[in-house]
Amino acid sequence: MSKKKEKANKPKKVILNQRFDDTFRQCIHNSNFMIGFFIILSVILIAVFSGVLEPYPYDEQMVGPRLEGPSWEHWFGTDNYGRDELSRVIEGSKLALWVAFLGASVELALGITIGLAMGYFGKWVDRTFSFLTDLTWCIPGTILALAVVTIIGKGLTNTIIAVSLVAWAGYARPVRSKTMSLKNMAFIETGRAFGESSRAIMFKYIFPNVVPSLIVMVSMNLPGTIMSTTTLSYLGLGSQPPSADWGLALSDGMKFISRAPWLSIYPGLALVYTTLGFNLLGEGLRDILDPHMKSQ
Amino acid sequence: MGEKLLELKDLSIDYKIKDGYLSAVNKVNFTIDRGEVFAIVGESGCGKSTLAHSILRLLPGGNEIVTGEIHFKDEDLTLVDQERMEHVRGKEIGMIFQNPLDSLNPVFRVGDQIEEALLLDDMSEEDAYKRVIELFKDVKMPDAEERAKSFPHELSGGMRQRVMIAMMLSRNPELLIADEPTTALDVTIEAQILEILKQMKKEFNAAIMLITHNFGLVAEIADKIGVMYAGEMVEQGDVFEIFENPQHPYTKLLMKALPSGTKNDGRLQTIDGSVPRITEKKPECRFANRCPLADEKCRTENPPMEWISDTHYCKCFHLGEEEK
Amino acid sequence: MKEYIIKRLALGVVLVVAVSFLVFSLMYMMPGDPIDIMISDRVSEETKAEMAHKYGYDLPFFTQYFNWVKGVCHLDFGTSARYRQPVWSLLGARIPYSLRLCSLSLLVEMLFALPLGLLCAVKKDSWIDKFCVNVSLVLTAVPAFWFGTLLIVVFAVGLGWLPISGYQTPAHYILPVAAIAFTSVGSTLRITKAEVLEVLHEKYVTTAYAKGLPRKRVLVKHVLRNSLIIVVTLTFMSIPWMITGAVITEKIFAFPGMGNLLLNSIVVQDMPVVQAVLLIIAILTVICNLASDIITAFLDPRIKDTISGGEN
Repeated sequence: MSKKKEKANKPKKVILNQRFDDTFRQCIHNSNFMIGFFIILSVILIAVFSGVLEPYPYDEQMVGPRLEGPSWEHWFGTDNYGRDELSRVIEGSKLALWVAFLGASVELALGITIGLAMGYFGKWVDRTFSFLTDLTWCIPGTILALAVVTIIGKGLTNTIIAVSLVAWAGYARPVRSKTMSLKNMAFIETGRAFGESSRAIMFKYIFPNVVPSLIVMVSMNLPGTIMSTTTLSYLGLGSQPPSADWGLALSDGMKFISRAPWLSIYPGLALVYTTLGFNLLGEGLRDILDPHMKSQ
Repeated sequence: MGEKLLELKDLSIDYKIKDGYLSAVNKVNFTIDRGEVFAIVGESGCGKSTLAHSILRLLPGGNEIVTGEIHFKDEDLTLVDQERMEHVRGKEIGMIFQNPLDSLNPVFRVGDQIEEALLLDDMSEEDAYKRVIELFKDVKMPDAEERAKSFPHELSGGMRQRVMIAMMLSRNPELLIADEPTTALDVTIEAQILEILKQMKKEFNAAIMLITHNFGLVAEIADKIGVMYAGEMVEQGDVFEIFENPQHPYTKLLMKALPSGTKNDGRLQTIDGSVPRITEKKPECRFANRCPLADEKCRTENPPMEWISDTHYCKCFHLGEEEK
Repeated sequence: MKEYIIKRLALGVVLVVAVSFLVFSLMYMMPGDPIDIMISDRVSEETKAEMAHKYGYDLPFFTQYFNWVKGVCHLDFGTSARYRQPVWSLLGARIPYSLRLCSLSLLVEMLFALPLGLLCAVKKDSWIDKFCVNVSLVLTAVPAFWFGTLLIVVFAVGLGWLPISGYQTPAHYILPVAAIAFTSVGSTLRITKAEVLEVLHEKYVTTAYAKGLPRKRVLVKHVLRNSLIIVVTLTFMSIPWMITGAVITEKIFAFPGMGNLLLNSIVVQDMPVVQAVLLIIAILTVICNLASDIITAFLDPRIKDTISGGEN
């Protein structure tokens, strides 16, 4: 028995390795992917080494004069509490990555479960959730998330959850159609013939086939999640002071826009840099993993 | 037969790909006379479609390199400017494509699409409309007036191909290139389309360059045959010579693959392997890896054209040998 | 065709009703007590209860919902807790500004995205294509609110050419419109390019060339006409985006539109106003989708036939 298994597994592994090598080569040759990859890598490194990189404690007040322009002591200037803006921008990268991580996890968990269920069970499950998808698309995501946050309460984590709660439909639809097309394929039938349960079939047979599209979807959706979350923070519903969140920093900066425009520039640049990184990564991954998927 | 209409000299087409070139067509030579039907036969992927598109400069554009000469009447089409080429298209050389659904614009009525071509020749709209109806009758379109107002998706495959033929005959071209005109159609429709082509040839005295992988079709209509393999013309001759006395091992295999009796389904499924992608030009016979007669020489040297008669040549070292 | 439109309309109505329910229950779930917002000073419990009774906040959920819907049908969205004014009169004053802002932004966006998208597709891999594609990649990463801020920093604070905020003159519209249009132009441009590229590779384009049509005629007649179908869908699709952008942008530029009203009302939990604005946005989105479906059906004879159950 075990010998038989080994035999069956061996060629598969070779193919997988080959596929991995191929994908790896494609990644290296894809400039979008590489630029995006290095941008995100740099953001991660900055976040990890924020303790070393921050010239001043990010939340300490009066490390310099208030609202002072960029100088050698304070590269990005200081804010209205005399805090060092550079340190705060660096600290903000941690929050941006947290948004990316938590946002992706919640969106994926919801999208996959609902999408698989819709595709696999069809009928009323499908119809109900399809209608819900249509429904959530009637109100622009960020605005709906805004309403949800006011119900579940302010705060960064709540904001991320609200944004992701609204975004599930974007995942569920493609997962659903992929599941539908896979459902009737021979290997699924085989699984069913062996008496596997619905849940086992969904997660063991169908799910692995959806993974490449999911990786692409996550990376394409992340910029939107980050932007929505930042927007809500900007509006005062997300991160609360004294957090170093970029959105919050920008809304503080707006108060001093005439006197201290740099406060409105650097956190925004950091935000665009990160979002652009995820965008490029997503573009690249789409070209590599799912060349047939269109941008919409 | 008659006067020389089209002559290809050493025509090669290479596609630039990521790491190097893909040789789609390699040094192809042939001539078509007025009123003659020349058929190019080969499996899919052998470069016959690329060859056909290159004559009217209709390749997708960007990454292909065309070398050699395409003499049409008294000029070299590879050298003419864009404006002249636009004049040649439709007016002097017409082209019918493989899939008649994709080849018609879905948002315009078919009659208007033909009229559009006619209006290029200083014709009043009224005359153009009349001509469309006439053409539709020529290609045996039922309810010509009615059909002219239809959208492509409202027509059946056969009717769409009639529209294509009518469109391409509308300006009386001297040469008609038909790129697999019946592949997407079923057998009975195929026969009808073939009948139309034959009649057109007689009536308009047009030369036809027929591209197909269907030997049955060739036997029905062609005067001369060229057999293409992996971008090269491996054998060429008039229709009787090829059918009676095929020389190249590939031609022989194609003939064998043709089921006797049912001429309409001459699909070539019984040859092992597939047409190779040629990414580097080596001195070798491109058929060597599938050829039952291949030996060391075939793998190291390019076979020259061996003339069997004035009109019949074959590129093979093993002429006259039988399969062991 | 008629049947199709009726069917789509019916679906639209169902969606609007469902959205109204969603919006109402969202607001119902909000933690604040509407009476507390109305009354600034501490008042006795009896007065509060009286107020709640007066505005119907003591009724069961479904009764409240049905009363609200009944009102909405007569354009009565209730009374703003904060402004102590009928919501409809608040909205009536603001809707024109938002509509002007949004339609101008949409116009500017399309004026840039469509011609440039076409150009990029036709001149694929030229410097102009690379330039446009890279710029739009960056622009899609820029949030509207920050782009608005940047514009203020440069053109209002730095150069002093344009006003920082307000709405009185046409000059006041320039920066907000730019902020909304340019942050959404990127994705539209890229989609346009992709779609035109696809059309360019269609066989019927080759046929058009093969008949002898000059290049310009092929591009204008055959390519553009087919791309138009996508362009319409695209235009309508970008409207929700535009609304999101507009809501935040109005806030930054202190623009007296619905977006600003919505944000201010959410902060103080002025529920009748929030409900009304959300419902209006939803109805607008549904109408846009509907319009897009119907127009595409008119533009594409294939769709028209499949939906009216043609012979094919």
